[in-house]
Amino acid sequence: MELMDLTAKKAVEMIKNKEISATELVKAHISQIEKKEDILNSFISLDMENALTEAKKTDEMIGRGEDAGALAGIPIAVKDNICTEGLRTTCGSKMLESFVPSYDAEVVRRIRKAGAIIIGKTNMDEFAMGNSTETSAYGVCRNPRNTDLVPGGSSGGSCAAVASCESMLALGSDTGGSVRQPAAFCGVVGIKPTYGTVSRYGLVSYGSSLEQVGPVAKTVEDCALTLDVISGYDRKDSTSVKREYGFSDMTGQSIKGMKIAVPISSGAVVDNDICKNMEETVYKLKNAGAIVEEIEMTLDDYVVPAYYTIASAEASSNLSRFDGVKYGYRNNNYEDLHKMYKNTRTVGFGTEVKRRIMLGTFALSSGYYEDYYLRAMKVRALIAEEYKNVFDNYDVIMTPVSPVKPWNIGEGAKLPVETYKKDIFTIAANLTGMPAISVPTGLYEEGIPSAVQFMADCFKETNIIKVAHIIETV
Amino acid sequence: MEQNVIITDEVIENIGILAKINPENEMEAMKKDMEEILGFVNKLAELDTENVKPMSHIYDVFNVLREDKVVCEDKHNEMLSNAPETENGYFKVPKSI
Repeated sequence: MELMDLTAKKAVEMIKNKEISATELVKAHISQIEKKEDILNSFISLDMENALTEAKKTDEMIGRGEDAGALAGIPIAVKDNICTEGLRTTCGSKMLESFVPSYDAEVVRRIRKAGAIIIGKTNMDEFAMGNSTETSAYGVCRNPRNTDLVPGGSSGGSCAAVASCESMLALGSDTGGSVRQPAAFCGVVGIKPTYGTVSRYGLVSYGSSLEQVGPVAKTVEDCALTLDVISGYDRKDSTSVKREYGFSDMTGQSIKGMKIAVPISSGAVVDNDICKNMEETVYKLKNAGAIVEEIEMTLDDYVVPAYYTIASAEASSNLSRFDGVKYGYRNNNYEDLHKMYKNTRTVGFGTEVKRRIMLGTFALSSGYYEDYYLRAMKVRALIAEEYKNVFDNYDVIMTPVSPVKPWNIGEGAKLPVETYKKDIFTIAANLTGMPAISVPTGLYEEGIPSAVQFMADCFKETNIIKVAHIIETV
Repeated sequence: MEQNVIITDEVIENIGILAKINPENEMEAMKKDMEEILGFVNKLAELDTENVKPMSHIYDVFNVLREDKVVCEDKHNEMLSNAPETENGYFKVPKSI
């Protein structure tokens, strides 16, 4: 068995038992990066030399009989909107081309403490606004399963890196499906935890009330193990929720009697093969003893418009910090302060980012606030209530991750609204805070990965981890 | 139903001023995109939201307090090193008055 084919769980065990060394494991992944990266472009920055130094330290710790942590020696790729001290963090934007954080994000502090080894920073849609990793200022990322296709996004680089064994684990961020959709497109597992479970300190903000950092791995168990490491209360994030978390011991449990709801989709045109994949998954779940029932949801059509209003409004406020003064890019063509701000932001941001900032500014501006932002927040409340009611009777909701399969690079929808509509199944989890997982179910005929999504009520990750693990193993 | 929205030159100019963005050569495309997106968003008006409490956050917002203890987290130089222009330990900006 090749080192890269190990699960992170097994690899940690073997490193601790000195059957393999962290250095060997990191080297195996570096050689994979050298083979694949020219084509895939999963990374914006690599940190291989430092990774090898860290691996050596891990091996020395183990040699001395010290505890090297729950992720000892495991290579991990970190999305480039998560701050890493001393390592450039660009958010996939020209605006932050030269930004080197002076501190680690809380999730980065936690993975380092657990012994994981950061191998590089991954490619992404600019400021996490997109679902294809084509809007990165550092070039498109390609899907390792078929390099003509998009890897999904915005955490496309993180998912491509794990799928291609350039890294064993990765961190992504999920504001509207940005961990789950690329995980589905690349054939790996991705979790969006319940809002407040993982600290957002050091995650460059886009939609603060919607987003969470989430793990990407090849197996449900590895994903849960990583979530164990990054979750937990952090005083530096005022939205962090104080409670006991524990995920990895939830794998391997029976789902006999578990009640699973499958909404009949009214709001989306779903690809035929994806519908068929849903039916096959229902069959597997029933065989495993779950009770699966179709339900009707009435607010599907309102999820995407509510989300884009809220996310854009939050973006317009969050991205006002990029002013050419404190960090990042400054345009040199100006006569006064205002022109400097304007030219910096006009040239520094890409088209989609500008579009959302302008849309959000409009939705928050006097005269339009009530009709757009306020109304969207009210619809958000209605949507949250509808989901709450479903969870009075069911443990889990199952949906597709995306209504479409990965498309050819450069051949996505031309109109913004058509692009936004592709997020229909992933967005509800962000609007309501609930946890969701994307888990591979196999391959479609043409050899690209298939997947389904499971969602549960807030803080009920245990349900989705249990059921995803069953789907992965049957 | 999705309703038509017209974004006038005046509106887009005002947004540009507020957002500090001036996409001169992209202005027409930006107007068209916004009209399309807002037309789509207007679907929300179909729902009766009159007595609904807006949900700005997942959980009820509450104050997070901590002890007022001095912790030295001074990273003055590291932070300044990211700035495009500095002088004598300060951020430098163009003349504003």
